[in-house]
Amino acid sequence: MPENRGLYEQMILEHNKKPRNFRVMEDCNRKADGYNPLCGDQFTIFLKIDENDVIQDVSFQGCGCAISKSSASVMTTMLKGKTKKEAEDLFVKFHALVTAPPDAPANPDDLGRMAVFSGVREFPVRIKCATLAWHTLLSALDAKTAEPISTE
Amino acid sequence: MSVIEQDIAESLSEEEVLRIRQDFPILRQTVRDGKTLVYLDNAATSQKPQSVIDITNRYYCELNSNVHRGVHRLSEVATEAYEGARIKVKRFFNVPLSCETIFTRGATDSINLVAQTYGRKHVGAGDEIVISAMEHHSNIVPWQMICEEKGAKLRVIPINDRGELLLDEYANLLNERTKIVAVTQVSNALGTVNPIKKMAAMAHSAGAAILVDGAQSSPHMPVDVQDLDVDFFVCSSHKMVGPTGIGVMYGRAKMLESMPPYQGGGDMILSVTFEKTTFNSLPYKFEAGTPNIAGAIGFGTAIDYLTATGMGRIAAYEQELLAYCTQVLESISGVRLIGTASEKAGVLSFWMDCAHPHDIGQILDGEGVAIRAGHHCAQPVMQRFGVPATARASLAFYNTKQELDALGRAIHKVKEVFE
Repeated sequence: MPENRGLYEQMILEHNKKPRNFRVMEDCNRKADGYNPLCGDQFTIFLKIDENDVIQDVSFQGCGCAISKSSASVMTTMLKGKTKKEAEDLFVKFHALVTAPPDAPANPDDLGRMAVFSGVREFPVRIKCATLAWHTLLSALDAKTAEPISTE
Repeated sequence: MSVIEQDIAESLSEEEVLRIRQDFPILRQTVRDGKTLVYLDNAATSQKPQSVIDITNRYYCELNSNVHRGVHRLSEVATEAYEGARIKVKRFFNVPLSCETIFTRGATDSINLVAQTYGRKHVGAGDEIVISAMEHHSNIVPWQMICEEKGAKLRVIPINDRGELLLDEYANLLNERTKIVAVTQVSNALGTVNPIKKMAAMAHSAGAAILVDGAQSSPHMPVDVQDLDVDFFVCSSHKMVGPTGIGVMYGRAKMLESMPPYQGGGDMILSVTFEKTTFNSLPYKFEAGTPNIAGAIGFGTAIDYLTATGMGRIAAYEQELLAYCTQVLESISGVRLIGTASEKAGVLSFWMDCAHPHDIGQILDGEGVAIRAGHHCAQPVMQRFGVPATARASLAFYNTKQELDALGRAIHKVKEVFE
């Protein structure tokens, strides 16, 4: 069984303490709320997307555990300048990373900063923490509804 | 029996606790790279002694048969063991009659039974059901459902900042429309012990029936339903060192007689024609279908174990552990206890400024310390104290002060990682 330090990588702790893009975006044009009722984790993702479907700005607000908060923070650092399609592809990669069997190889080059979350796969109950912001992002990208989304 | 009386009982000695620990095989194992398991999630479920494990095994090896039907030898023995368990439960809670002891799937099932039978029959439009602000979801939702169905109103006894019920407010809530009071004896999220005897008398003065959720009290203190003078008392075997999937609902015979059956099926009938069914007598009227026979027998053995250890002594020892654990937690800066009632059982909910409860739980798990992190199925309690969740250490009589020291060390580790 792994030590917990494996889960709480330095970068995760650092993003938890000093989350990036942690602000309300008044002039956003898409937004979604994500809620995990089991943990009480709650985040709002704000997006500014131009007419070519390119993400011009992204931010988040809310509260949750270190995994959910740092995951949201790291996510926001990877999205600026990406198209909607590219962002959705990142979601798929991230989801595959944290839900893969613990012994599956991870390709860090392909994943960038997201790779620090590979430890999550050893702790199945934390997968929903890591993916909450990402699910909320998908919902914000489509922004077809104001309904909060849930990873429960 | 009051807490004061329990205090007189002699506590368990260190040697006795070490002997008790030998009876619980799961406590011998190591977790997370060879760390000794420190199990402090007893409010979620308790561990099981070898005698309970053995009787379950023996039941399936030697006694397995359906009860109350067969003329053959095995059925006779199985029925005897099942009914023997009922008598053990009856004696444990000082229930007047065996037929007032109904086996259910657990406390939740028991509350739903009372809500759907007694509640449905006696609660009407404009009536009121009183619960408290510290109830587990299972003592909220079944009553909400009845209120919704009947057009009745759910009233809630508030709590103070220590997590104690405001009895003056309770008195004000009671009136001629109050049909049922449903309260917990011990809060699973705060540890508060409520003055049930007094609350029962107040409910009765208002003409209301009272149901007591004993899921968190029955494993930790002597309970005498006649002394408490309650109408319904419910609990779960699995929190009392017994198997999962079995529990009990005590109800006064005259009330049980007046209630319609909960579920229809085998065992709960005397005769069935397509025109009319005659229901069986108590307790079988409320035990439709083949019951959890192995579970009931295991529950009986769990009760033997608790009785042999002594509930008064268990309560006294756990009070020592509670005092010690409170001290351990209060000595760590940045730790805030949630639930500081003057009458408490061994439940310690806490909040840390530096880390979310789930992160606390995760780091503690890495140190071999099992606690619960979350809202403990008591979201209104979390809302009352303005936290999304808490970390909760909950004690049992097989825990030791050394384990509480380990909890303290693990919490320091949380601070090292997150501060």
